[in-house]
Amino acid sequence: MSIPRDFYEFFGIERRLTLDTGALQKRFYELSRQWHPDRFSRKSAEEQLQALDATAILNDGYRTLRDPVKRAEYLLTEEGFPIGEQRSRDVPPELLEEVFELNMMLEELKQGDASARPQLENARENFVGLRMGIDSELMALFAKYDAAEPQSETAKQALHEIRSVLNRRRYIENLIRDVDKALDAGAADAEPVEERL
Amino acid sequence: MGAFQIDFGSERNSKIVGIDLGTTNSLVAYMDLTRPRIIEDAEGRKIVPSVISSTSDGKLIAGEPARDLLLTNPGRSIYSVKRLMGRGVADVHDELKLFPFRIADDSESVIKVKLGERTFTPPEISAAVLRQLKDNAEAALGVPVIEAVITVPAYFNDAQRQATKDAGRLAGLEVLRLVNEPTAASLAYGLDKRNNGIIAVYDFGGGTFDISILRLHEGIFEVLATNGDTHLGGDDIDNLLLRIALEDLESEWAEDLSRDSEGVQRLRRAVIKAKEELSFVPETRIEFEYKGRRYTRAIDRQLFDRLIAPIVERTLESCRACLNDAKLTPEGIDEVVLVGGSTRIPLVRTAVERLFKAKPHTELNPEEVVALGAAVQAGILAGHVEDKLLLDVTPLSLGIETMGGVVSKLIHRNSTIPASATETFTTAVDGQCNVLIHVLQGERELVKDCRSLARFDFKDVEPIPAGMARIEVRFLIDANGILNVTARDARTGKEQSVEVKPSYGLSEEQVEAMIRESFEKAEEDMRERQVREARVEADNILSATEKGQKSEAWMALTSEERAVIEFAIRDLEASYHGTDHHVLNEKIEQLNKATMKLAENMMNSAVQGALKGTKID
Repeated sequence: MSIPRDFYEFFGIERRLTLDTGALQKRFYELSRQWHPDRFSRKSAEEQLQALDATAILNDGYRTLRDPVKRAEYLLTEEGFPIGEQRSRDVPPELLEEVFELNMMLEELKQGDASARPQLENARENFVGLRMGIDSELMALFAKYDAAEPQSETAKQALHEIRSVLNRRRYIENLIRDVDKALDAGAADAEPVEERL
Repeated sequence: MGAFQIDFGSERNSKIVGIDLGTTNSLVAYMDLTRPRIIEDAEGRKIVPSVISSTSDGKLIAGEPARDLLLTNPGRSIYSVKRLMGRGVADVHDELKLFPFRIADDSESVIKVKLGERTFTPPEISAAVLRQLKDNAEAALGVPVIEAVITVPAYFNDAQRQATKDAGRLAGLEVLRLVNEPTAASLAYGLDKRNNGIIAVYDFGGGTFDISILRLHEGIFEVLATNGDTHLGGDDIDNLLLRIALEDLESEWAEDLSRDSEGVQRLRRAVIKAKEELSFVPETRIEFEYKGRRYTRAIDRQLFDRLIAPIVERTLESCRACLNDAKLTPEGIDEVVLVGGSTRIPLVRTAVERLFKAKPHTELNPEEVVALGAAVQAGILAGHVEDKLLLDVTPLSLGIETMGGVVSKLIHRNSTIPASATETFTTAVDGQCNVLIHVLQGERELVKDCRSLARFDFKDVEPIPAGMARIEVRFLIDANGILNVTARDARTGKEQSVEVKPSYGLSEEQVEAMIRESFEKAEEDMRERQVREARVEADNILSATEKGQKSEAWMALTSEERAVIEFAIRDLEASYHGTDHHVLNEKIEQLNKATMKLAENMMNSAVQGALKGTKID
């Protein structure tokens, strides 16, 4: 018996971007009971290998499908819209000003200017807000894709849009990460002195 | 032998045991029909101290006898060897300041420890503990024990896991599964058909700390996240107390005791005793007598708490990081389970209670719960326990070195295992035929900050212009958390599978050689044991015969019969000190035959005497 390598196929669910994660979890548990290597420790080496292989797909699939962003990235790649390396530092034009300011604040904090901290925290909140906006945009696009005929122009159009929204999201995600790192590093410097007897 | 055994489904007449191979103590358990049970040794003890000694003939012994030797002969003994498992000399630099490990000069990638005249690797030393547990289990269960589930700290890396597996093999155990300690503990707790919910397992042992957060759902134990420190435990608390006592002694006795390993061992016992007492009483004394001198120091819980607060805080930091990874707040935790001897400390309990805002469970003995859980997992693997299933995670991210000394992560920490990932790499130079693949484990971004697991050369790359080759590297982590790497040239389809031999592990050949050696040793041991047993039997029959010669029954024999017996006695005595148990057994049998009539006569007169005694006149 050959094991499907496609995550949707393995889970036996429809190829949609909007998923009921509760149902997905239930399915994950069912398939775990069926395939987990623990269930095969008294079986032949061949069956054990198959169980290992199947469970790896199951776990990788669950990790991918339960997360809306990873799920979308997966589907994009499978449908021939590779998301690419995404290591580009190109700033989305609408964020130019904010990113410029952010870099200044990060530099100030690095120089030891503690007053940059509250500003950075504000900026962080701002970016988190932007990300939430993007997420609802994504949900709408997911619905658009799911409603369209598979392989149709509308579906392709939706995937195209999803890809560019995801790129923007990743950019903001990286900004938030940079801010967190800077704030963490600043906090570590102010660590209390170890208590001694 | 005479008794028959009921075979519960497995084709083999043996049992899979669950083993908690701890830093300080080790235990073995098995799955009974209904629940897991700890196996006791012949003296009824459950705990085998993880202390190992090398005897004068180069053999390793473990447990209680070794613990006594630790005091009288510290140069031949070792404890806390788990801290060295799967580590290189460079890794244990800090450890060496605090622990009396004698690292051999010829240690290369694998540490070698001097015990007496010989050197041993940490897996060989740990194998002695496992062998002791295996013997205890075989004696108690009356069947061979050749398969085991062994627990490891959840935060153990790949090399530490491999080293533990090697130790199992060296002890003659096939390690069917390595299970993470906190996860195992949750299995033991799950036995009471606990409701669905989120539980946190706080496991603070002798040398390691782990925190795991799990979701329980109808018998599925899904680990959501795990965090910890493989070098933080009760040992560290002992060292704090030890340091204070040593400083005291330096001023009171004007002597630096730290150079006297026997003295340090005795002092260590004294501070451990005080530490343990402080879990039950608000104040106590460290009491120490050595070479005619006495030292006492009062210590109360307040001082103790202040002393250990930084250590407890370090565990709480791990807990917060773990909550974060599980995307949960403390309010999201329904129940907390405490595991490990160090959770008996009141400060630890209150700190955990405060953080998780839940009263921790302590119904099961924190020192036994891991072994019990390992036995449940053994039951799952044997097919006896069907309603439970463990879904564990990999504690550390795995990746590959890319340009500029940066690690590209393929599998992220807290991924449910088995897990896999594939990434494509290319060549940097025109006509390049091989690619060095460097596998790393850790959370940091730079190669120098991560642990190097393995390096291998992927050969046979088609020599084409730089950037054109496509080399697919696939990582696969199995259910034990051990990594397998496959590299494939996507253009030619040439594949190379690599068993990741951790840089700080034993090679397959080394393990094989050690197993062979242990077999030879085992034969030798077996012969010795048989001779010893034969001598015991000889002693018994000789003393019985001696008794017979003084009885009336002796006189009832013919002089010829008496001569045959006397001859057989001399014969047996002559071969008593020989080393061949066959000869000895033959002589025993000869005397046995010769004394048959004597024994019969004695029996008869005893019966007659007994009848006489009960006769009512």
